[in-house]
Amino acid sequence: MRMRALLAILLSIGFAGVAQAEAENAAKHPEQQSWNWDGVFGTFDRQQLQRGYQVYKDVCASCHGMNLVSFRNLGQPGGPEFSEAQVKAIAAGFKLPALDDNGEPIERTATPADRFPSPFPNEIAARAANNNAYPPDLSVIIKARHAGPDYIYALLIGYSDAPKDFNLLPGLNYNPYFEGRQIAMPAPLTSDGQVTWPEGNPAATKERMARDVVAFMTWAAEPKMEERKHLGVQVMIFLAALSVLLFFAYRRVWRDVEH
Amino acid sequence: MSHGNYTYKPTNAFTKWLDTRLPIIRLMDESMMQFPTPKNLNYWFAFGAILTFMLVVQIISGVVLAMHYVPHETLAFNSVERIMRDVNYGWLLRYMHSNGASMFFIAVYIHIFRGYYYGSYKAPREVLWLLGIVIYLLLMATGFLGYTLPWGQMSFWGATVITNFFSAIPVVGPSITEWLWGSFAVDNATLQRFFSLHYLLPFVIAGVVVLHIWALHVPGNNNPLGIDVKGPADTVAFHPYYTTKDLFALVVFTMIFSYFIFFNPNAMGHTDNYIPANRLVTPPHIVPEWYYLPFYAILRSVPDKLIGVILMFSAIFVWALLPWLDTSRVRSAKFRPIFRQLFYILLVVVWLLGMLGQQTPDGNFDFYGAELPISKLFLSQFLTLYYFVHFLVLIPVVGLMETPLPVPESIAKAVLAKTGGSTKPAAAVRSPETRV
Repeated sequence: MRMRALLAILLSIGFAGVAQAEAENAAKHPEQQSWNWDGVFGTFDRQQLQRGYQVYKDVCASCHGMNLVSFRNLGQPGGPEFSEAQVKAIAAGFKLPALDDNGEPIERTATPADRFPSPFPNEIAARAANNNAYPPDLSVIIKARHAGPDYIYALLIGYSDAPKDFNLLPGLNYNPYFEGRQIAMPAPLTSDGQVTWPEGNPAATKERMARDVVAFMTWAAEPKMEERKHLGVQVMIFLAALSVLLFFAYRRVWRDVEH
Repeated sequence: MSHGNYTYKPTNAFTKWLDTRLPIIRLMDESMMQFPTPKNLNYWFAFGAILTFMLVVQIISGVVLAMHYVPHETLAFNSVERIMRDVNYGWLLRYMHSNGASMFFIAVYIHIFRGYYYGSYKAPREVLWLLGIVIYLLLMATGFLGYTLPWGQMSFWGATVITNFFSAIPVVGPSITEWLWGSFAVDNATLQRFFSLHYLLPFVIAGVVVLHIWALHVPGNNNPLGIDVKGPADTVAFHPYYTTKDLFALVVFTMIFSYFIFFNPNAMGHTDNYIPANRLVTPPHIVPEWYYLPFYAILRSVPDKLIGVILMFSAIFVWALLPWLDTSRVRSAKFRPIFRQLFYILLVVVWLLGMLGQQTPDGNFDFYGAELPISKLFLSQFLTLYYFVHFLVLIPVVGLMETPLPVPESIAKAVLAKTGGSTKPAAAVRSPETRV
């Protein structure tokens, strides 16, 4: 046992050395941001979600799909809440493969009932177009990463030049927030004003666009969040009142019993 | 309980007729209403009722989820997301069910450690205890099977790791593993049978719970003093005394449960399970759900797979031996000063093992962000060793060596000594809620 313990300690020192070497390429922890939807009463900002959708459509959607979201979701309560006409117009901007009455392949205009179309027909095509990297679907990406919104935000604006001694592989980009610090995706937000928002919206800085698209992705991952929190508050108030009543009922029933 | 003087009398023609044919109302009345219960039970004793409630919540939410879920490798992940997005209140059902599993395990661990602290496994409650262990094993299996169903990365790789335990069995291991998979790897056949079994096991649990409650009703409840009930002065009727107390505890528990469902629904899950299963990409760090972590740490503490698996299952099985390992005749830790220390040390050891199970196996132990100068491998071996020494050596020896504190004569006397004897009657002679 003693030998074993000694061996274990020696081994652990060895491993610690390896861990040290790896730590240099380990991902930087994303800074904590404050978001509209934080906390029990947090909700989404409709304008922000609408702006975020536009960033997604103009920037992300050229490589990333969002196959769990339908156009109709954009008009539902608790989301960006585009008007019915806007949702129809958005959907009408996309073409989908379909079959005509003779079974011949044609293209048709998308409707609000359709899912967001994927940019590539399949994974092989996606990899072929992206230097063998596969752009992940963004439907639930916020929930699929630790500290999702903070991480995606940090990643989007975290691109920088690689340190001189960093061994950056060809075709990859330096980003300290990504595991291994090199990522196949080139910086998606390259300049201020990359997306044009309608009148009355804030200036499209890189940070603003990143924040807004993160808001949009957070909603896409959890479209029922507002409904959930709203019901949660009601449930909590009900249970709190019930627990007070039950506590007094319990005390009253037990009042004549020493225990 | 032999000293229960049950007074059920059928009042109308139908109940009289039924009582001579199937005395089910009498059974309910005697076991859920009049059942004499020690009057000194604290809130730790409310978890039996809470667990019964959780089993019902899981079965009802699960049956409805199964109406919308599709157990197929290409459809499962998206069908869960469809439940979250398009089924009315589907998000509520799904979050209730997934957080319900965690809350179930929180309650069951409190229930087990309560039983351990107050010596609820000792004669004459050994069978009650063993049935509890059976329920716990069934719960572990059900929880694991359920976790595979969303078919995310952790579902798939967790299923791969856990089913591979069986391949450690010499000679027949690989055949058993393939038999479990229904294939040569974890795939669609595995998912479909896991769904089938996940739907089946809760009803098996419900059956064993009935036996568990039956076995409870023969000797009656243990209590914080760990002494036998001496007479009617020691007890109150289950209803309305414990129905009100348990209901209050249940609602407080439900508030904690609701916090997770409504405000932090993914806190107890793993982010990787929102990535669809992919057999070509192994997650860098496969972890089981939190409630298996101490056992996972024990498994990984030895480099040999077979020994690791044996140790892991022994770590659960050793609890079944407790009634015979514990040589002390005093039940409650209240009167066992040394045992009480060991109890708390064991809690810390299990907690640390859980933390180890959560971390990658190499490197130094990370204690809440502080890296301690001790390797995880060594620490997990040391704690595993202690875990078994606790049960196999310390518990039998301490029972023989320890001088217990004086145990009160009866529950009623202990209560009187505590309250200094007031004007209230020692026993519940009359309660205003009963119509006289």
